[in-house]
Amino acid sequence: MEEHHSPKGMSFMDRCGLAFRLLFNGDLANRAAAGLAVRETKPAPPPPPPPERAHASGLLLLSALQREGRLVDFLQQEVAGFSDEDIGAAARVVHGGCRKVLRQYFELEAAAPQAEGEAVTLPAGFDAQRFRLTGNVAGQPPFRGTLKHHGWVAREVRMPVLNEALDSRIVAPAEVELA
Amino acid sequence: MSHYAIGIDLGTTHCELSHVDLTTDQPRDWRESLLPIPQLTALGTVEEKGLLPSFLYLPNAGEFPAGAAALPWDNQAADIVGEFARSHGVKAPARLVASAKSWLSHAGVDRNSALLPWQAPADAHRLSPVEASARYLRHLGAAWNHRFAEGKDGEIEAIGAQEIILTVPASFDAAARELTLAAATQAGLLNVTLLEEPQAALYAWIEAMGEGFRKQVRKGDIILVVDVGGGTTDLSLMAVTEQGGEVQLTRVAVGDHILLGGDNMDLTLSHHLNQELLAAGKKLDAWQFASLTYGCRQAKELLFSDPRLQRAPISIPSRGSGLIGGTVKTELTREALARILTDGFMPRTPVSEMPRTARRMGLAQMALPYAQDPGITRHLAAFLSRQARALEGAVGAPVLTQGQAFVHPTAILFNGGVFKAAELKNRLIEVLDQWLKDDGGQPIKELEGADLDLAVARGAAYYGWVRHGHGVRIRGGTARSYYVGVESAMPAIPGFEPPVKALCVAPFGMEEGTQADVPPQEFGLVVGEPTRFRFFASSLRRNDPVGEMLEDAAGNEELEELAPIETILPANHREPGKLVPVNLQAAVTEVGTLEVRCLEAGGQGSWKLELNVRMKGDAGAGR
Repeated sequence: MEEHHSPKGMSFMDRCGLAFRLLFNGDLANRAAAGLAVRETKPAPPPPPPPERAHASGLLLLSALQREGRLVDFLQQEVAGFSDEDIGAAARVVHGGCRKVLRQYFELEAAAPQAEGEAVTLPAGFDAQRFRLTGNVAGQPPFRGTLKHHGWVAREVRMPVLNEALDSRIVAPAEVELA
Repeated sequence: MSHYAIGIDLGTTHCELSHVDLTTDQPRDWRESLLPIPQLTALGTVEEKGLLPSFLYLPNAGEFPAGAAALPWDNQAADIVGEFARSHGVKAPARLVASAKSWLSHAGVDRNSALLPWQAPADAHRLSPVEASARYLRHLGAAWNHRFAEGKDGEIEAIGAQEIILTVPASFDAAARELTLAAATQAGLLNVTLLEEPQAALYAWIEAMGEGFRKQVRKGDIILVVDVGGGTTDLSLMAVTEQGGEVQLTRVAVGDHILLGGDNMDLTLSHHLNQELLAAGKKLDAWQFASLTYGCRQAKELLFSDPRLQRAPISIPSRGSGLIGGTVKTELTREALARILTDGFMPRTPVSEMPRTARRMGLAQMALPYAQDPGITRHLAAFLSRQARALEGAVGAPVLTQGQAFVHPTAILFNGGVFKAAELKNRLIEVLDQWLKDDGGQPIKELEGADLDLAVARGAAYYGWVRHGHGVRIRGGTARSYYVGVESAMPAIPGFEPPVKALCVAPFGMEEGTQADVPPQEFGLVVGEPTRFRFFASSLRRNDPVGEMLEDAAGNEELEELAPIETILPANHREPGKLVPVNLQAAVTEVGTLEVRCLEAGGQGSWKLELNVRMKGDAGAGR
């Protein structure tokens, strides 16, 4: 049922007409009530988004990798136009800094104890998250194969927590040098 | 008795804290004794580290968001101590307080006045070196309380209730020691004793050796402790003697306070590489230069640790986000490392070659008096030669040096991060062995297993335990004799400064807890007016008893002039302007500080002379 969307709203006669129609048309009454209910429970405009609490530790790690190793600067740049030498020089900076962060926050070790290239036997019931099968994946365990990549496991995690007063989305502040 | 003895190394570049349980007779596991210290590593991020860098950053209002500098024990904290202060301070040096400890021993400034950061603009907030040192100690104390004193036994476990051993360089004079103590008191550390750092290093070695140490050093051994830290070089000699079948250790001599250390080495390397870059047309700004210095340190450590490498690349990142293409590359070659560091700081010189001292020109520079000669081997030669002469004439010296050009050490203990480079250690041993061979001595033995970074804090805590009757104590007393200046009664000659005599008030080796009365001189204090004495010390003159008068103090090479000492006699019940005759008395406290007092002749009055008054203008000619 169309409403009168004139700028002045509905006239008195229009409202009377609507009221009578509501009284005698149950279907219209239901639809009107539903429409009003939707309007009333419609949420207020959302508040400004809070700092990303759920992803704070990921952002903190990114921030540390940028601060110590300039990782974000490195990855954000297009590499196509640069020589290997230029990329290599930058890579040294990134390697040094990021490695320091990695060692500080994590104790990483190989997922598989063998050396790459060695023969490996995986028994029945092997940890399917720790070991990934590739190549001729067929048959029943025990599986015999060659270790191609020893994997990585974080044996210990020592990440700090960001102070609640700060916004973890600020991965690196802009630097302004004062004269 | 307190629950713990706590050893604190208040270093020029790092502080650490180690503890030992006093309520047990069992030796501790010193590996577990280092306190992890929470500190800001980035804004809003607090992490625990074993070392607290001795840096304080004083942010401008609004420079950092509110609460960003919060610590677990103080969420209103604004000033920043530790790792973040150091790393961010490089970018904003006018707000960074560094090397406070080196300023504590600088007599040319008023060490209680607010002068740090040294480069801060006129209107900036500043602190005195004493206040800065107090901040580091307060941070350590808060870290301790946070870990140990939060529970129901808080009062007993708080740091204020523990026995604290605070280390100072052996070469710190009486005033610097007193200022260190003042910093501790300001920080709420009350039960403090001072211990010399080389002694602490030796204690740490003894603890690590356990009972086996008696096999490594025995009666007749002379141990040379060489401590080269970030900012200072400190040399000490300890003698191993025997009394009643028991091994005894005595600290025999200490060297001058030399402002020369690992930081100077890194800066020298980076200056050299900076010159090369300038010659190639690349100019670095201040931040990039700091980054170069950091890169040099990494490259140096890499080359020292792997003898097969001939060069180590250094990449200096760009300021902006364009890292690739903006990175400046250079490299440190092994040849440059050997020439600049190994030969520059540990040159192969004969024992007769003394450190070069440039003459002080005109206006005295007011910054820190860094050593002008970087050759540590020359400083060592000077120390060993001069002490040999001093010991030769000394009555009851524990070391015989007749016929020797220098004191022959039989064992050497290294301390300080600089000696993680085996090449530097080996070079020093090589030079010493050559000197010994040329002078009829035996090759020196290295006391192995030194913990180069952490020995001082560990050893200080261990000493806290030793004091309660376990293990061997190192004896020593004062490492210097002290003198006050006495004007000779000569008629005034225009333009001619009358010679000053030096009166010994505290003899060499004066033990803690003793005092010495100076025989009466004609001294008087004028009521209501400050009275000032010139003050001298000698690490060489061992025979001067209390009251000995030396002619011409200023010209005496064995005397070093310190900051003047001063007292003021308040006009309480006395007539202003009246002359009160006094005698002098010196005392060495149990804490390890020197006190010089004026005692009223024939009366009750006693006034302490303040030790840390600023020297006038360029009176630093004594060094």
